[in-house]
Amino acid sequence: MSKSALDAIRTQVMWNRLIAVVEEQAQSLLRTAFGTITREAGDLSAGVYNADGHMIAQAMTGTPGHVNTMATAVGHFFKHYPQSTMKPGDVYVTNDPWLGTGHLFDYVMMTPVFLGRKLVAFFASTCHVIDVGGVGMSAKANSSYEEGTLIPHLKMRKEGKINEELLSVILANSRNPVEVRGDLLSLVSANDTGARRLIEMMTEFKLTSLEPLAKHILTTSEKGAREAIKATPEGKWSYEMPLDGYEGPIIIKSKLTIKNGKITIDFTGSSAASIFGINSPRTYTHAYSVFGLKAVIAPHVPNNIGSLSCFDLVTEPGTCVDPIRPSPVTARHVIGQMLADAVFGCLAQALPGKVQAESAGSIWILGLNSAHGRVPAHETAKAKEFGVISIALGGIGGRPGKDGLATTAFPSGIGAIPIEVTENQCPLYFKRKEYLMDSAGAGEWRGGLSQTIEIANREKAPFTISAATFDRIKNPAKGRDGGGSGVKGVARLGSGNAIPDKGIHVIPTGDSLVVELPGGGGFGDPKLRTRALVEADVKAGLVSPESAKKDYLLDV
Amino acid sequence: MNKSIKLAADIGGTFTDIVLEAGARRWSGKVLTTTQAPELGVIEGIGLVLEQSGIKPVDIGVFIHGTTLATNALIERKGARTAFITTKGFRDILEQGYEKRFDHYDLMIDRSVPLVPRTLRFTIEERLSADGDVLLPLDESALQNLAQQLREENVKAVAIGFLHAYAHDGHERRVREILSAALPKDVTICISSEVAPEIREFERFSTVVANAYVRPLMAGYLHRLRDQLRGMKMDCPLFLMMSGGGLTTLETAARFPIRLVESGPAGGAILASEIAAECTLPDVVSFDMGGTTAKICLLTNGEPERARKFEIARAYRDMKGSGIPVRIPVIEMVEIGAGGGSIARVDKLNRITVGPDSAGSTPGPVCYGRGGTEPAVTDANLALGKIDPAYFAGGKIKLNEASAKAALQKAIGNPLGLKDFWPAAGVTEIVEENMANAARVHAIERGRDIAACTMIAFGGGAPLHACRLAEKVGVKTIIVPMGAGVGSAIGFLRAPIAYEVTRSAAVSLDAFNAKTVNALLQHMTADARAVVEPALGKTKATVQVIADCRYVGQGHEIRVTVPVKTLTDANGKKLKAAFEAQYEQVYGLRIPNQEAEAITWSVTVSSIAKKPKRAAKTSAKSTPKPRSKRLIYDPALGKQVMVPVYWRFDMKPGATFKGPAIIAEDETSTIVGANFRAKINSLGYIILENLK
Repeated sequence: MSKSALDAIRTQVMWNRLIAVVEEQAQSLLRTAFGTITREAGDLSAGVYNADGHMIAQAMTGTPGHVNTMATAVGHFFKHYPQSTMKPGDVYVTNDPWLGTGHLFDYVMMTPVFLGRKLVAFFASTCHVIDVGGVGMSAKANSSYEEGTLIPHLKMRKEGKINEELLSVILANSRNPVEVRGDLLSLVSANDTGARRLIEMMTEFKLTSLEPLAKHILTTSEKGAREAIKATPEGKWSYEMPLDGYEGPIIIKSKLTIKNGKITIDFTGSSAASIFGINSPRTYTHAYSVFGLKAVIAPHVPNNIGSLSCFDLVTEPGTCVDPIRPSPVTARHVIGQMLADAVFGCLAQALPGKVQAESAGSIWILGLNSAHGRVPAHETAKAKEFGVISIALGGIGGRPGKDGLATTAFPSGIGAIPIEVTENQCPLYFKRKEYLMDSAGAGEWRGGLSQTIEIANREKAPFTISAATFDRIKNPAKGRDGGGSGVKGVARLGSGNAIPDKGIHVIPTGDSLVVELPGGGGFGDPKLRTRALVEADVKAGLVSPESAKKDYLLDV
Repeated sequence: MNKSIKLAADIGGTFTDIVLEAGARRWSGKVLTTTQAPELGVIEGIGLVLEQSGIKPVDIGVFIHGTTLATNALIERKGARTAFITTKGFRDILEQGYEKRFDHYDLMIDRSVPLVPRTLRFTIEERLSADGDVLLPLDESALQNLAQQLREENVKAVAIGFLHAYAHDGHERRVREILSAALPKDVTICISSEVAPEIREFERFSTVVANAYVRPLMAGYLHRLRDQLRGMKMDCPLFLMMSGGGLTTLETAARFPIRLVESGPAGGAILASEIAAECTLPDVVSFDMGGTTAKICLLTNGEPERARKFEIARAYRDMKGSGIPVRIPVIEMVEIGAGGGSIARVDKLNRITVGPDSAGSTPGPVCYGRGGTEPAVTDANLALGKIDPAYFAGGKIKLNEASAKAALQKAIGNPLGLKDFWPAAGVTEIVEENMANAARVHAIERGRDIAACTMIAFGGGAPLHACRLAEKVGVKTIIVPMGAGVGSAIGFLRAPIAYEVTRSAAVSLDAFNAKTVNALLQHMTADARAVVEPALGKTKATVQVIADCRYVGQGHEIRVTVPVKTLTDANGKKLKAAFEAQYEQVYGLRIPNQEAEAITWSVTVSSIAKKPKRAAKTSAKSTPKPRSKRLIYDPALGKQVMVPVYWRFDMKPGATFKGPAIIAEDETSTIVGANFRAKINSLGYIILENLK
């Protein structure tokens, strides 16, 4: 074998190794985290950066909203802490929504890696901590000041010594200090794990710098993305998507331009920022709109700053997709996680027949707390105090040639939290969690089914639900190419009354919370669906005979 | 015990391997797997080695058996018609899974289809809370109705999984009791609290369902085998190899067949473990290639990594997350569809693809002449001269070289414009590349450098491909042990008789209650002893206790060894110290002033493993004499060359020669690549060293 062929293989091996290193970093985070949303649902991310702060590899474990925002978050640290001032053992932290990953709950931790005395790389990781003070996991605040404690770019560890003063400030401002401390320390140790492995790798391959490898990775990825973009037809397309919003409806306007190998997504003209916390900071907007573009156009090109740089974003400051301080942003994924569908609306015109229908989109985070302080004290006098999070997921849109996936997060990469884990943490219990019949948008390839979840309290006490993230209650996921809409979401009390808005609501003693998640839109004309598939769905109880007749024109 | 004669049988997807050992002497045989009635192949193979050895069935002291039947039934979806009964309101947990995409960017992924379709998933009113309170009593009145439905649906297996049954099994047991009275005798009933008593409902349900799905098949097979063996007057104890590397009784195996899924490969890992000890090898990659799959396992200081979770039958591009998760003790390894029977084709983009589907034993590769029309890896090896048609599987399976070549030409050569031996060369190169990639990724996932490992190659196919695979992944030294062709079966004979019992029980280490723990461990130890001790006779057993510990509030644990004795409250502190020390080693720091707890307890009772003999320095070098010559294709040289063929048993320790060459034996052939030197060590193992 020639030398250049051998070099190419060596580079490939090192690249693979780097991916294995960040995967180990992510696994370490998952295994040591305290908050269930991190350790069970996987709301985290991990990545490695070159000495200039450019992301060169990310872990598959994690979620795009974190990964793609972290890609730029690392660079922001340098304004306060130039690389030349960094020392071995330092760790830097922030949860600034605009400079981190979009809301105060996500702490970004960045660790410089030194080979001897030389700064060679950075590891960064993020996870969603369970509480940051303020109004909690709620969209009720009218400014980011009310949403909790913001930690600007600071040192979490100085030359190996944990910054206890900073830690005590963070913990003093959280309702769950034990979990938050555990999660912050687990971020620190995840980065350390990555750093240790990277140094081992550099020693093994006798590298004194990551630069040649980083350059290879970034240019190869950029080239791959550019080629994929070139293979997509040129033109301009636009789409408008209505969302429920909080105080009033939100319209997302998207405009896609593909020209000369350049691709731009422009959200100019979208609704002004909400006065409630559902706005998506630009960094988060970037994460999910670029995710949507890349998943359709260049899914197999590795995700790093090289490939991400091929996609341009235009936003208008002051809108819901580019709010300015101090706009509230806690439930930023209500808008942010809808942006993949907004992008698909344009792409479906550029690539007819190739883009999936709309999905439930924004995950419904069930923020469940004991009702202490929200009801007269005697009602909670004997009740246990608790705060837990569960994740409720709807359906994904039907796909060209395949039905949509049922009850699965999209575009978020997280998963559900096991019922048994949640019930071990609080007196709440699930009364049901089951597919919802007729929830999928009809189509030749139907949408993914959604589900019904019902939760009650074992104690004779009320509890509260934060409805901050419940959307698509008025605006369903639309079908594509003749497919029908998925079912709209529902949030109500077991006794009947609807949950009126995205605020925090009390579930009275003896009553329960019922949520029916939005279903995925259908793809293609339902009349083209084969009888066998419709019959199988009816037999399984996923589609009713009435729907078979009405939507598919079939007597089953 | 005067009955020191041991017998082992390993049923793979293609071959059934049999090994008989009496002291230092060993006989072995390879017959085709008889998929419809696997016991027939086993009996045939046993007959073969008994005839060779002149040993009578009554003289055999112990019979150890492993099989991939359960795995294959899961991959091919050929298990029993199974129903699943769960808590009312939770009919779809089994299908919803983790509710997570296993690839962020691929919008076309498919999830694993559940083994039990929605139409056979039933719910019953009952509900226990996390601490065992009855929130809803079990609706026993509905069970007769349910039994009627199950009879009408003609199900052969029933899995029961209720919420929180890992800790509170009352309702599951009651439902089993009522249903077993109401259902036909041949219907299997499994409960999640017995099969996998661990928290996290989806994984527990998935495990109990998989167990029920394969149990009728496995129990039926095992009992038929037992009866046949009795019929031939073989009345020795019969043990089954489990995926975690221990042995268990036939009755336990028939109840928990899911624990057998990777039993053959586990045997291979045990063999590799023994060889690593004999040859003092700190870093080992074992390469086990049979007729259907290739298995790659990494060992450190002779020990393979172990885990308590395994994913069977990955359905979407072999990707992690696309299979059926089961919570069972397993040896960590990667298995890919690359074996002698793996079928070669040309895809739409004119690329050669090999596997993952296999021609198996029926029809088998084209050269078997049993009706196969699509060329397989074995056909390519035959066409390249690497297999001598006269001696394949000890000469018991006749191979047709001409038909293999014709099929390769038609399926690969014609579409690609290749002639002569080149289609075959392309097929072997691709299968070797596939295995190299799988090995690299597996090593990387475990943070290991595969090039620093010594390769131990066994299974009928591995010695044919080991040199090329080693070149691709940078491995310098390969060991081909004695009996390589039937390596997993030999591994069975080295396995300890062991059984692991696991229970979930949260116990604080800071406020340690020794009384509760002692009671729990005593109970578990008794359960495990009951499985193991009848098999041991007078031999003593060892007990190992592990507590999976974590800081209170975390969701994942670290395995901490617990002293085997009556614990006192002071042991809590010691356990916490041990946990924190390990935690710091793995994650680099501790969480100060944080309470810790033990979540899951496991007790393993096992026989004491024998110390292996060490390889000694070999006597003077000698140059062996070849028996014949063959024309083979050498991929490193990129051309055909005439090479000497040595008979393995002609060579004495110390024999040394350079490749290219073939070393033939009954159940496999070792191809010595052009860049390699072969040497026989004191134990008779072939040591191949890359000279470049």
